[in-house]
Amino acid sequence: MTATSDQTSPLPESAGMDSPLSAALVGTRRFFTKAGISPDQRSMYLEGGRSGDSFYRDRWSHDKVVRSTHGVNCTGSCSWKVYVKDGIITWEAQQTDYPSTGADRPEYEPRGCPRGAAFSWYTYSPTRVRYPYVRGVLLEMFRRAKETHGDPVVAWGSIVQDEEQVRTYKSARGKGGLVRSTWEEVTEMVAAAYVYTVKRWGPDRIAGFSPIPAMSPVSYASGARFHELIGAPMLSFYDWYADLPPASPQMFGDQTDVPESGDWWDAAYLIMWGSNVPLTRTPDAHWMTEARYRGQKVIAVAPDYAENVKFADEWVASAPGTDGALAMGMGHVILREFFADAQHDFFTRYNQRYTDLPYLVTLDEVDGEGGDAPAYRPGKFLVAGDIDGHPEATSENAMWKTAVLDSVTGEVVIPNGSIGHRFGEEGAGRWNLDLGEIEPALTLYGAHEESVEVELARFDTPGGAMSTERRGVPVRRVGGRLVTTVLDLMLAHYGVGRDGLPGRWPQGYEDPSVPATPAWAAEISGVPVEQITRLAREWARNALDTGGRGMILMGAGTNHWYHSDQLYRAMLVLTTICGTQGRNGGGWAHYVGQEKIRPIMGFQHLAFALDWVRPPRHMNQTAYWYVNTSQYRYDTFTADEANGSPGAFGQRTTMDLLAQSVRLGWTPSYPQFDRSSLAVADEAVQAGMPAGEYVARSLKEGSLHFAVEDPEAPDNHPRVLALWRSNLFGSSAKGNEYFLKHLLGTDNAVKGTQAPPELRPQSVAWPEEAPEGKLDLLVTLDFRMTSSTLLSDVVLPAATWYEKHDLSTTDMHPFVHSFNPAIAPPWQSKSDWETWKVIAKRFSELAADHLGTRTDVVAKPLWHDTPEAMATVHGRVLDWAEGEVEPVPGKTLPVLAAVERDYPAVYQKMTAIGPLMAKAGMLTKGVKYEVGREVEILGRRNGIVRGGVADGQPKLETDIQVADAMLHFSGVSNGHLATQGFRFLEQRTGTELHDLSAEHEGKQITFADTQAAPVPVITSPEWSGSESGGRRYSPFTINIERLKPFHTLTGRQQFYLDHDWMTDMGEGLPTYRPPLDMSRLSGETPLGEQTESEGRSVALSVRYLTPHNKWSIHSEYQDNLFMLSLSRGGQTIWMSDVDAEKIGVKDNDWVEAVNRNGVVACRAVVSHRMPEGTVYMHHAQDRLIDTPLTETDKLRGGIHNSLTRIMLKPSHIIGGYAQLSYFFNYIGPTGNNRDEVTMIRRRTNQEVTY
Amino acid sequence: MRVMAQMAMVMNLDKCIGCHTCSVTCKQAWTNRAGTEYVWFNNVETRPGLGYPRRYEDQEEWKGGWVRGKDGRLKLRAGGRLNKLLNIFSNPKMPSIQDYYEPWTYDYETLLNAPAQKTFPVAKPYSLISGKQMNVSWSANWDDDLGGSMEHAIKDPMLKGIEDKVKFEFDQTFMFYLPRICEHCLNPSCAASCPSGAIYKRTEDGIVLVDQDRCRGWRMCITGCPYKKVYFNHKTGKAEKCTFCYPRVEVGIPTVCAETCVGRLRYIGIMLYDADRVLDAASVEDDHDLYQAQRSVFLDPFDPEVQREAERAGIPGDWIEAAKASPVRRLIMDYQVALPLHPEYRTMPMVWYIPPLSPVVDVISGTGYDGEDADNLFAAIDTLRIPVEYLANLFTAGDVRPVDEVLKKLAAMRSYMRDINLGRDPRGEIPAAVGMEEEEMYEMFRLLALAKYDERY
Repeated sequence: MTATSDQTSPLPESAGMDSPLSAALVGTRRFFTKAGISPDQRSMYLEGGRSGDSFYRDRWSHDKVVRSTHGVNCTGSCSWKVYVKDGIITWEAQQTDYPSTGADRPEYEPRGCPRGAAFSWYTYSPTRVRYPYVRGVLLEMFRRAKETHGDPVVAWGSIVQDEEQVRTYKSARGKGGLVRSTWEEVTEMVAAAYVYTVKRWGPDRIAGFSPIPAMSPVSYASGARFHELIGAPMLSFYDWYADLPPASPQMFGDQTDVPESGDWWDAAYLIMWGSNVPLTRTPDAHWMTEARYRGQKVIAVAPDYAENVKFADEWVASAPGTDGALAMGMGHVILREFFADAQHDFFTRYNQRYTDLPYLVTLDEVDGEGGDAPAYRPGKFLVAGDIDGHPEATSENAMWKTAVLDSVTGEVVIPNGSIGHRFGEEGAGRWNLDLGEIEPALTLYGAHEESVEVELARFDTPGGAMSTERRGVPVRRVGGRLVTTVLDLMLAHYGVGRDGLPGRWPQGYEDPSVPATPAWAAEISGVPVEQITRLAREWARNALDTGGRGMILMGAGTNHWYHSDQLYRAMLVLTTICGTQGRNGGGWAHYVGQEKIRPIMGFQHLAFALDWVRPPRHMNQTAYWYVNTSQYRYDTFTADEANGSPGAFGQRTTMDLLAQSVRLGWTPSYPQFDRSSLAVADEAVQAGMPAGEYVARSLKEGSLHFAVEDPEAPDNHPRVLALWRSNLFGSSAKGNEYFLKHLLGTDNAVKGTQAPPELRPQSVAWPEEAPEGKLDLLVTLDFRMTSSTLLSDVVLPAATWYEKHDLSTTDMHPFVHSFNPAIAPPWQSKSDWETWKVIAKRFSELAADHLGTRTDVVAKPLWHDTPEAMATVHGRVLDWAEGEVEPVPGKTLPVLAAVERDYPAVYQKMTAIGPLMAKAGMLTKGVKYEVGREVEILGRRNGIVRGGVADGQPKLETDIQVADAMLHFSGVSNGHLATQGFRFLEQRTGTELHDLSAEHEGKQITFADTQAAPVPVITSPEWSGSESGGRRYSPFTINIERLKPFHTLTGRQQFYLDHDWMTDMGEGLPTYRPPLDMSRLSGETPLGEQTESEGRSVALSVRYLTPHNKWSIHSEYQDNLFMLSLSRGGQTIWMSDVDAEKIGVKDNDWVEAVNRNGVVACRAVVSHRMPEGTVYMHHAQDRLIDTPLTETDKLRGGIHNSLTRIMLKPSHIIGGYAQLSYFFNYIGPTGNNRDEVTMIRRRTNQEVTY
Repeated sequence: MRVMAQMAMVMNLDKCIGCHTCSVTCKQAWTNRAGTEYVWFNNVETRPGLGYPRRYEDQEEWKGGWVRGKDGRLKLRAGGRLNKLLNIFSNPKMPSIQDYYEPWTYDYETLLNAPAQKTFPVAKPYSLISGKQMNVSWSANWDDDLGGSMEHAIKDPMLKGIEDKVKFEFDQTFMFYLPRICEHCLNPSCAASCPSGAIYKRTEDGIVLVDQDRCRGWRMCITGCPYKKVYFNHKTGKAEKCTFCYPRVEVGIPTVCAETCVGRLRYIGIMLYDADRVLDAASVEDDHDLYQAQRSVFLDPFDPEVQREAERAGIPGDWIEAAKASPVRRLIMDYQVALPLHPEYRTMPMVWYIPPLSPVVDVISGTGYDGEDADNLFAAIDTLRIPVEYLANLFTAGDVRPVDEVLKKLAAMRSYMRDINLGRDPRGEIPAAVGMEEEEMYEMFRLLALAKYDERY
């Protein structure tokens, strides 16, 4: 052997291989092969002649690669290569052609996850829906009825009017028996049901649901456009999924706007708080792992040793649901050290201009309880109209202009930028954050005339009930009113005392007795005082050192709680007072089901058919199901009791509050009235009155009611529900078993009892029996079998995402890219757009005889970003039903609009761009656009309709045309519109904005562009941040840099909320609220207790959480064989080794979890990375795969949401007041699901049956 | 000197998020077919854990790889090759399907076809081997995210000898992910085990392949491979293994697993090595010397003599250029942050790993010191949540020193870069403390953090 080497340490020569004999024998091999054998006879080398390997070459070969993606809810929005060979989809791999982010940062390529990578399995899987199906028993009824009656509408009517038939087909739901039908037959049946329902009950008895459009807006728009054209409400998703953080509208006046993941790179301090980035943000996680190499400090706050903890410098193991206390503890340290004891220019300047900390709040004296000093409660914001003699007191919208104290002049002044400047003539050019000469005083301390004690709410008792602390604040008198600043209230609330102020204050950080010291937070959250204190200091110090480059990634772990709004507000205190909001690398980063459809304007106008008819019917889905699945009847507590706020709502229930919110126009509610809205329109005509006036009068005299006041009456049931891109019954249906019982009328595992007489709503009718099976028709479009298709009366075969055209966007990255068909929809499947066209066509035909043209009265809630948001002065609740005010549409009632529905023309309207676009323009987030130019361009691109109601209008027939139209009608993809919008906004703000998009004024992104490669979007007034010059997107940078106000009352990021309900609930300020106490409210066994019953194994009461599943998030479902093979093969509940030990459970044992809402039967995964006392059943584990019958009641085991139910929080249905005003998916009650508990035990018999 | 080129990979475990995208894209591309249902050319293991197949690292049991005899000669652990030829008809020592896992599917059709019945229909699991209904009780990834457990991971062979350092308790939890493909060894024991001569190393790039025409299904290779990365296709009766995606690599595209890695942690590159010295390196006496011994067979593509010899060996000029630019070479040779997996098997594996650093700061911060300070960081590595000894058992035959040095480099890089990130003057003493120049550290940062497509492959 040669031993020549350039290495420094020569190796000792080896002794050789094996034994000399065997070496000699083996060595002969080289004489029998053409291959090269290494001289030492170790291995064989081979070159050429590798016919034996042709198999792999053949397997790799393919005919074409098509760009597509996955999309319903998945926010990844990853672009994929789909490989096709011999007309068959073989597999997929990620695209790597994202435009570069620049030389000095990582790139977006590749984006994807194992779930997306396994998607192609569905194309040819045995669970693929290949043909239209109907439940046999119903199909037979329909065929028979049609034979008898001829007319399909009459036929449908004959079935649903026959109690016996109704009971038969509804109770068969979910239990097999689906039979194949034809498109023609099934379309006719569906269309007949729609026509019948519109005719008999009214269009608002129909509803459509399809979630999160951002990742396939054309599919979303297909059914949405049809439903809105006929007057049927679309159900919201963001609030329903509990992904909407109500704190965002509350604080920012914005639905949600967050940084793209590429901006994590810019953060110098990153806290992942309840956001398990590697699992739920798989394609983005690398930004976090890579930013660490740049010296970013990373913190993980998680109750378990979650996947992201592996990457964190510190693990903050807070107890589930106590994050609000942790955030307050940190806030205490920051307020103490960086605001009270010392001040920093960076923080001071930021808060003076961008937050409500300096705004003046009136203090109201509390009725004395015989205390020494009089106590006060924080009341309303001081507004110009309150101050007699103030120069602004009589100005336009004076009751909507909030006030500060100028620390230079000592005068109370009205800064620009409040909602009062946003609307009306006087405000033009003044809706901005320019303070001019004003130096707002953050605190009155030092300049105060006196100090008083205020009562501040705390809820940190075990049951979560409110008590109060009395703490002093510095005050002044303004026109007879006692006022202080928001910061002074915050300091008091957080327990940060200052010399000379009265009240009960903590002794120091180590004092756990009162809020909100680190020691207090430590006792609640289990996080050590030392860690809380250190993290708080590091956070604030980092913000000072970097100009606000600290970021908190917030996730479902913190957002899915009943009180998540409060929890989030406490976290947002940290990001906001430290000046991190509106910075690259800074602020909040809420990543839970974000719905950021970047071309939102074009999407909204087309999906909701605003080109033909306005306003749309938009419904918040949580309230819809709370009412229509009768879950409100299982509220065995008053609203006060649920919220721990005695005195806020008297003896009223949450259902009472919902009814009030609906009648005051705060929140939508469909079905709308106690009779058809078409009938109401006819009555108005007969009465010779405008519809709004007629409705107001009828409501007042009691001849007309809202349906929500008697939801169990057959007149008020929802009758038809269509689902597409959705698996409501296997996924999002909180209170799944109540859906099965009351909505569908089939097998269910509801164990709960309904409210006793003394706890029933006062303003809502209460029949003794709640009906079962309210819904007449459930239609689902899907490409695979789910709980929803199993339960559906009609199942329509949908194209998969690799079989159609569509668009995809997300807030995780700044690109628009496309779906394209790798193959045509196979078997008899159709794209959603084609399916809804087919249904619309048949509907229109049947409507000619049965419906014709009708007038419809639409009750629409008071909208955010419009002057309607100034309906309730000072947020004072005055109810016309109590005689406190007159019922006035658009003020103390919903807006009431009469619109025309030309039912036989629905198909024509659906497939053409309507005339309202050019005539009325577009309006998005308060910004107006004229789009005659775009309509003309689209007319030339798509062709013009000749004849009919759409004569002369641009065609909208194909999915590509819809996609293109969305891109043309949106500022993010049309530089001309973006610039136009900014110029409009400039007139209102008086600041320069249009330069932000001017660099792209001539740019028009077309669908073809998105087919070639992902295309970066244009800065547009549709969103709050800027991408100009290729910078990474971070929200609110336009607000911060261009002085554009936030869409709030004060125009600032707002900590204090002075609406009556907020202050009555004790939530005027961010505060810690513990998880709901389900043993107190609903009689569940207290956490940690064990019970034994005869013949059964020991059961343990545990907290029950449903975080996202590693093996099935959105782009993928739990039934995929690849995902099942890589996980446990079926439903599982994760539990700690400690809990498992208590009830004798070993890994993979069958367990059963039971509470009042339902039953789950699945396997256990036992791991010490789980905290004691908490179990996880990961999200969306359908009951289709390896789910046995339960021991509890011998029915099929449930889904993860079988153990949850809707808990509606009153503060989410406030409306008509500045940022607390309704808009679709902007604000609404959350379908929260984290506060639940369950009993869990090992199944007595481990031999399960199916 | 006999210069050969080897296609090699480095995976940065400090970036691995355990998502298994690599496994799925690989499976979809290559083994999604009858006979290979249980086969994952690429799999990802949560460690501590048993891996796939179960306890494959226990060579006392599975007899994989090479051993150095008392006479200094290298032998297959399963017995000399003569022994193999003589015992060719007896069953080789190999894991059973249960050790991998019994692949399954479901009677999905039921969901659509179920007649009207009393309960909601359900799809039950059926074995893809026997066709009978089964209880799912093990999979290719049963350990997933468990963080180890007293029931499973306690039997992880890598815990041997460090039992006192690993406690499976909530407060002490740690885990990391280990993605694995075939190692495409310089000294492949699978090839040496094959009685048919069906396994060969491609001359031009060192990819180890099974010739499907020559394979006679003796399955000796399965025993011989200590990584258990050769699989038996029960339909064709032949061995199959990771091909390093040669149909892609040949046309300049990275492997499927690498290109689809969303953690962006895989690097592919050419390594030049001296084929004449492989056996010497594989035969060094002390297991702890194997890591450096393997490094010593790699050749410097910038060395004119190496270039001359490479040319003489018929290696094209662009391959020399590729070897110069190879990110794998930089990570193994220049920065010395990548380590081989189980060098003690003496197969000279060519898929190397950067060990995981995190989490580290909490240990020091808990003691009240500044967690980001470089000196504190170094001290903390000894008390890392992931015990250094465990990593050493994987990557350096139990020698903690090289692992310690890598982790210190990674920690130093973060510390050094934080000053730059915050606009402060960078401190040269930080790289110096780990024997690196400032520019070198900055370049390493760019390679590890920015990792652009063209720089990864």
